[in-house]
Amino acid sequence: MHSISISASASASAIASGGARSKAAAGRRPGEIRFCGLRGDALACASLRASHAAAATRRAVLRAAASANGAAGSGDGFDYDLVIIGAGVGGHGAALHAVEEGLKTAIIEGDVVGGTCVNRGCVPSKALLAVSGRMRELHDEHHMKSLGLQVSSTGYDRQAVADHANNLASKIRSNLTNSMKAMGVDILTGFGKIVGKQKVRYGKVGFPEKEITAKNIIIATGSVPFVPKGIEIDGKTVFTSDHALKLESVPDWIAIVGSGYIGLEFSDVYTALGSEVTFVEALDQLMPGFDPEIAKLAQRVLINTRKIDYHTGVFASKITPAKDGKPVLIELIDAKTKEHKETLEVDAALIATGRAPFTSGLGLENINVVTQRGFIPVDERMQVTDADGNVVPNLFCIGDANGKLMLAHAASAQGISVVEQISGRDHILNHLSIPAACFTHPEISMVGLTEPQAREKADNEGFEVSVVKTSFKANTKALAENEGDGIAKMIYRPDTGEILGVHILGLHAADLIHEASNAIALGTRLQELKLAVHAHPTLSEVLDELFKAAKVNSGVSHSVNEPVAA
Amino acid sequence: IGGKPKAGRAGSDQPKPPASSSSANPPRLRYSQGGSSSGSNNNSKGAKANYLKASLLSFPPPAPPVPAMAGLLHLHSTLLPSASLLRQRGGAQAVPRRRRACRVEAKIREIFMPALSSTMTEGKIVAWNAAEGDRLAKGDPVVVVESDKADMDVETFHDGFLAAVLVPAGESAPVGSAIALLAESEEEIPLARSQAASFSSAAASPPAPQETVAQEASPAPPPPPPPAPVAVSVPAPPSPATQGGARVVASPYAKKLAKELSVDLFAVTGSGPGGRVVAKDVEAAAAAPKKAAPVAAARPDVPLGSTVPFTTMQGAVSKNMVESLAVPAFRVGYTITTDALDALYKKIKAKGVTMTALLAKATAMALVQHPVVNSSCRDGQSFTYNSSINIAVAVAIDGGLITPVLQDADKLDIYSLSRKWKELVDKARAKQLQPQEYNSGTFTLSNLGMFGVDRFDAILPPGTGAIMAVGSSQPTVVGTKDGRIGIKSQMQVNVTADHRVIYGSDLAAFLQTLSKIIEDPKDLTF
Repeated sequence: MHSISISASASASAIASGGARSKAAAGRRPGEIRFCGLRGDALACASLRASHAAAATRRAVLRAAASANGAAGSGDGFDYDLVIIGAGVGGHGAALHAVEEGLKTAIIEGDVVGGTCVNRGCVPSKALLAVSGRMRELHDEHHMKSLGLQVSSTGYDRQAVADHANNLASKIRSNLTNSMKAMGVDILTGFGKIVGKQKVRYGKVGFPEKEITAKNIIIATGSVPFVPKGIEIDGKTVFTSDHALKLESVPDWIAIVGSGYIGLEFSDVYTALGSEVTFVEALDQLMPGFDPEIAKLAQRVLINTRKIDYHTGVFASKITPAKDGKPVLIELIDAKTKEHKETLEVDAALIATGRAPFTSGLGLENINVVTQRGFIPVDERMQVTDADGNVVPNLFCIGDANGKLMLAHAASAQGISVVEQISGRDHILNHLSIPAACFTHPEISMVGLTEPQAREKADNEGFEVSVVKTSFKANTKALAENEGDGIAKMIYRPDTGEILGVHILGLHAADLIHEASNAIALGTRLQELKLAVHAHPTLSEVLDELFKAAKVNSGVSHSVNEPVAA
Repeated sequence: IGGKPKAGRAGSDQPKPPASSSSANPPRLRYSQGGSSSGSNNNSKGAKANYLKASLLSFPPPAPPVPAMAGLLHLHSTLLPSASLLRQRGGAQAVPRRRRACRVEAKIREIFMPALSSTMTEGKIVAWNAAEGDRLAKGDPVVVVESDKADMDVETFHDGFLAAVLVPAGESAPVGSAIALLAESEEEIPLARSQAASFSSAAASPPAPQETVAQEASPAPPPPPPPAPVAVSVPAPPSPATQGGARVVASPYAKKLAKELSVDLFAVTGSGPGGRVVAKDVEAAAAAPKKAAPVAAARPDVPLGSTVPFTTMQGAVSKNMVESLAVPAFRVGYTITTDALDALYKKIKAKGVTMTALLAKATAMALVQHPVVNSSCRDGQSFTYNSSINIAVAVAIDGGLITPVLQDADKLDIYSLSRKWKELVDKARAKQLQPQEYNSGTFTLSNLGMFGVDRFDAILPPGTGAIMAVGSSQPTVVGTKDGRIGIKSQMQVNVTADHRVIYGSDLAAFLQTLSKIIEDPKDLTF
């Protein structure tokens, strides 16, 4: 899994740490763009919808309720019903839901509201990808001609593109902040630290710290880009997504270490802006973590036809930034034998090898919690477990910090799930219903299991698995857009009609996946979905095709097939 | 005799399409996966059966007998090891039985464009999963075909070697036409390729003509010499850019282009940062042979019998040449062994180093030790020891001659010098040289070696002290000091100098130094 990097749920820095701050926080200033993940975008949108429409009257009522109990404290002798450490998308989602549930809520933000996703991740990267998508289209003469369009010449202004990304981040950030203020969430600034049971201390560097008590605490401190050892980051020629999103330069040739979501999205941006890209992937196949069939097609559509080459099965053991007129040097060693294989000389290197939880300095030792590779251990209800495996009461961890599913919208969903529990309704989030998307052109999206995972599960549990597929070439709307590249596949149980997984590569795949993810979340069966109506002509008919093509036996065994020689 | 082995065998080998279809292909543009949509993972037989069935459906109708090799349609589950194992075993049991029934004589089989749907008339090859020469096992996905509905992997029915690709990726072929040849053994690859060559001349015709070829070819085993197959329309898979001892730094797009244009990256001079080969270098290299080749053959297109006035450049050359008569010039020649230089060149050529740059560098280094040879006399009263060593190199450009100058050739490293040279030549061709880029030379090189000229003599350009004429380096039988006879590559150089300032001993000493540098060229790369 190493290279699937994902989005971060929270502001990585909402952490108390005397000196640890230095490294993580030093390079960071408000407005700096840092990456998060790709899929997270959906979440940003979701929370946005919730938030900036927040003025709605429904909310106004709630706000009244919130501020009413706000002044008085939580009522159980605690300062708050809920304190959330980390004001990323996960913390934000939890906070809004908590206020709706009438909980007196505070959120501690150590850096900027919005965390990785909004400031250094999904959000600004979408701005860059919006540009790259258009550039790509305008540059594709064949595509334009076949639509009957004539475009003379295209170019771009790097700074203006970078500004677009930055402005978008600021806008979303202020939306998030305003929505929380409007709802009556107390926004506390500084690094939060757990000092004991239901007790949190927070404060800015150099200022006296304050201590508050909370009935429940959620840790939502997110993650930072993971940089393997041996790699020297200078922020100019060797950098992480944090720097890349600032788009300070567009190198002629950039190596991208890691071909997961982040790497893939950046390859889309850079190649659209004129760079050539070399992928360095430790596993034997590009895009590990994707359904193999999707990865294969993605390679054909997103890699082979572009100015991209790749090295698989190799580690970048050492990366030296460009200096003294020398290019960036990347030492590649065989992932298995560790033998030196090759040295790449490139203009820049983007490290997209995943993300590491940002959990140091949280005071976990005070409550006997030991992190695992930095991740805070939790159970299926996001309750933190201590070194002895016991649940720590009233303490939860959501988002990248627990590592369950490093996506912004997963963090938010986990946060909402926690608030449900706090409010007295037991809730377990089904992670298999959480969709993910990679915003390349065309997009890739998925929910549930990949085909190999499904088959393994089927083997273990003794049920059947079927697969149906359809091509975007068969979709009228896609053809109208002249975007017939792509497939959608669905893995399902023919005996029950249960959807196990859906994978889409094609135009607007990220928007199409939700019909499937909702079906999985709600347990809707294919028998029912087959009868649902989709407007014609729309891309949604791609999924309609899948549903209709699925053969559900509902009790009848298949066996019609003539046997082959045993 | 097995007169019609292919057709006959094919006929019987070809399983009959099942009458009913299990995974119906309704007009709706959708398909379900043969094996897995209705087959069960637990029931291997079921899956197998379905699989085969689906594949058989894809065969062209039996009307023209379809030879043995056919695409096994497979909506993909290759990446699932268990499934493909099953499949393979299934195939092994189902197919060979038929094969054994009728002896196979021709060992070269065709891979056909399968019909992947009822409405498909032609398919586009998206990608070949195997390269020519690769060994294939039955059931391996060989090629990805794009039909009117979707992309699908096509498997081989037989073990063998992919001998020749007839339809390269990106091109289309009608359903039922051969897209590749599969040889049963490695030895048959050349034979298959020769068939492929005739195939390409037959221009993607249906199987019929191919069969005659197979008949003629198969009883006569001696395979044609291996080089012949190069004639196949498909370029041999180019070697990766980094291979062997030397390394080529080439950008991803340059590599892609090199593959497409069949350009050997090792032969390309890089103009990018650090001598990196970039796309335009590959494009230039691909275009270059077309220009170079006709030199000998093409007849110059000139109006015979007409009188043509000098161009400006010719006028300038003429003036200089006449002016040179006022200078008392003399010549000294020398033979230099170039084996070491050639070896060095081979080694660093990949980094964009050119022979011209190497010679200029060697000359400049020798001039450092003999400043008088780098001097010039303009007024006949005095002469100047030039402060810089600027090597001018004579270049023929259409309709004239120009001498771009490598300034400070002694100080620049060989890689920078090579880049500089390339830049100058490009500018010269584009007629964009600035005056100081062609008139600041202090010593001139003129090299006609590439034409096979072994020695010649150059006229001294006015304002400079000496010019060196460089002949080709040729293998020469030489006696060595220990009394043996050996072959060494040698070239002759011949320096013309202004005897007012440069005397015979000066030139002799200079040439001796130069030959030492060239014969032990390690300092050239310092």
